[in-house]
Amino acid sequence: MKINKIVIAEPSPIVAAGLLKFFEELNQIHVVSVVDNLDDLNDKMIIHNPDMLIVNPLMMGYTNNNLIKQITQAYPETICIALVTTFIDKNFLRYFREVIELSDNKQKVANKIFNLINNNDDSSSQNESVDLSNRETDVLICVAKGMTNKDISDMLNISVHTVITHRKNIVKKTGIKSVSGLTVYALLNNLVEESEIYE
Amino acid sequence: MAELVISNPSLMLTLSRFGIELGFGDHNVKEVCEKANVSPSFFLLICNLYSNPDFVPSYEDLNSVDVDAILSYLSVSHRYYVEERIPHIEHHLNRIVEACPERFGNTLQRFFKEYKKEVAHHFEYEEETVFPYINSLCDNTLEKKFSIHEFKSNHSNIEDKLDDLMNILIKYLPADIFPKERIEISIDIMNLSSDLSCHTLVEERVLVPFVELLERKCYENK
Repeated sequence: MKINKIVIAEPSPIVAAGLLKFFEELNQIHVVSVVDNLDDLNDKMIIHNPDMLIVNPLMMGYTNNNLIKQITQAYPETICIALVTTFIDKNFLRYFREVIELSDNKQKVANKIFNLINNNDDSSSQNESVDLSNRETDVLICVAKGMTNKDISDMLNISVHTVITHRKNIVKKTGIKSVSGLTVYALLNNLVEESEIYE
Repeated sequence: MAELVISNPSLMLTLSRFGIELGFGDHNVKEVCEKANVSPSFFLLICNLYSNPDFVPSYEDLNSVDVDAILSYLSVSHRYYVEERIPHIEHHLNRIVEACPERFGNTLQRFFKEYKKEVAHHFEYEEETVFPYINSLCDNTLEKKFSIHEFKSNHSNIEDKLDDLMNILIKYLPADIFPKERIEISIDIMNLSSDLSCHTLVEERVLVPFVELLERKCYENK
């Protein structure tokens, strides 16, 4: 079984200790280093070249995209995850493969991490997970009910742009392009009832 | 001729649309076409498009196209899709529907009905709006305000839904429902889908530029 090396970069010792404890309970995960400043982070990245980096974006300054870009370019194999403890600009978070929030429960964090690990293993053979994320499923249900992008964005409190991104991913994952095709998909997977779709 | 068709069997579908019958023995393309009253250059143009999706007709190719030939070719193709292929697929689908739990069956059937309507509408628009316009361009009896550009930008894709149906049948319908029938119908859908995409190519690469040429000539004469 492959053991995944993780580096944690988190300025708060309390949060860092919590993460460390959390990962001790997970199989396949080994935290090789915990750092609280950028200089140490650079050193440890060079030494360990970890499979995964969990970093609090606050460490990189509030909106400095360059640092995270440099890291993702220098270590393309490393999966970068943001650990969000306070409000962070969404545009900044785009550079991370996944976002963990302080409010996420244990199961959710573990799912996020293992999804990434498994996806990464597959990436060489271009296999993408077909499972829709929770949010994508929400959007799919709305699409099946015939809602417009605007309706969906209002109902789920996300921007129209985000709705479109979700829809693109849904099409990519299911291979189904048309709305009526997606409706059939939603029904076959028991996501919606017939009565909800057709009057 | 036989060599051509055997090297690319999908061309067989186009033969009957040209009114060319099988059994042409060792006659060459030119002889067979002339016997069926088909312009060999137009026939080869279509063959090229069917064999190579990247094929772009030259100016000379387009200039030699005969209006009646291309319009009748397209109309005959439309009829073939609507009257033969689609009912055939529907027949298969109905057998699958019968084997499905009711709610799955209902949605599949509804999906296909919607698709049929879409296709009918698509062809109807071409035959009742676009083709008459092209004819009127040719006999200089232009009345309606319309341009092929409108057609070009509205030309919808009728293969996408077939691909969706394939995905549903292959990936998402529960495994125990009529596996044999599903393989058969999938092959039929695949064939229809690739035939339709060639058909779209004929419209977009031949019909549209050809009519653009016509339009230019028309305006120059005025």
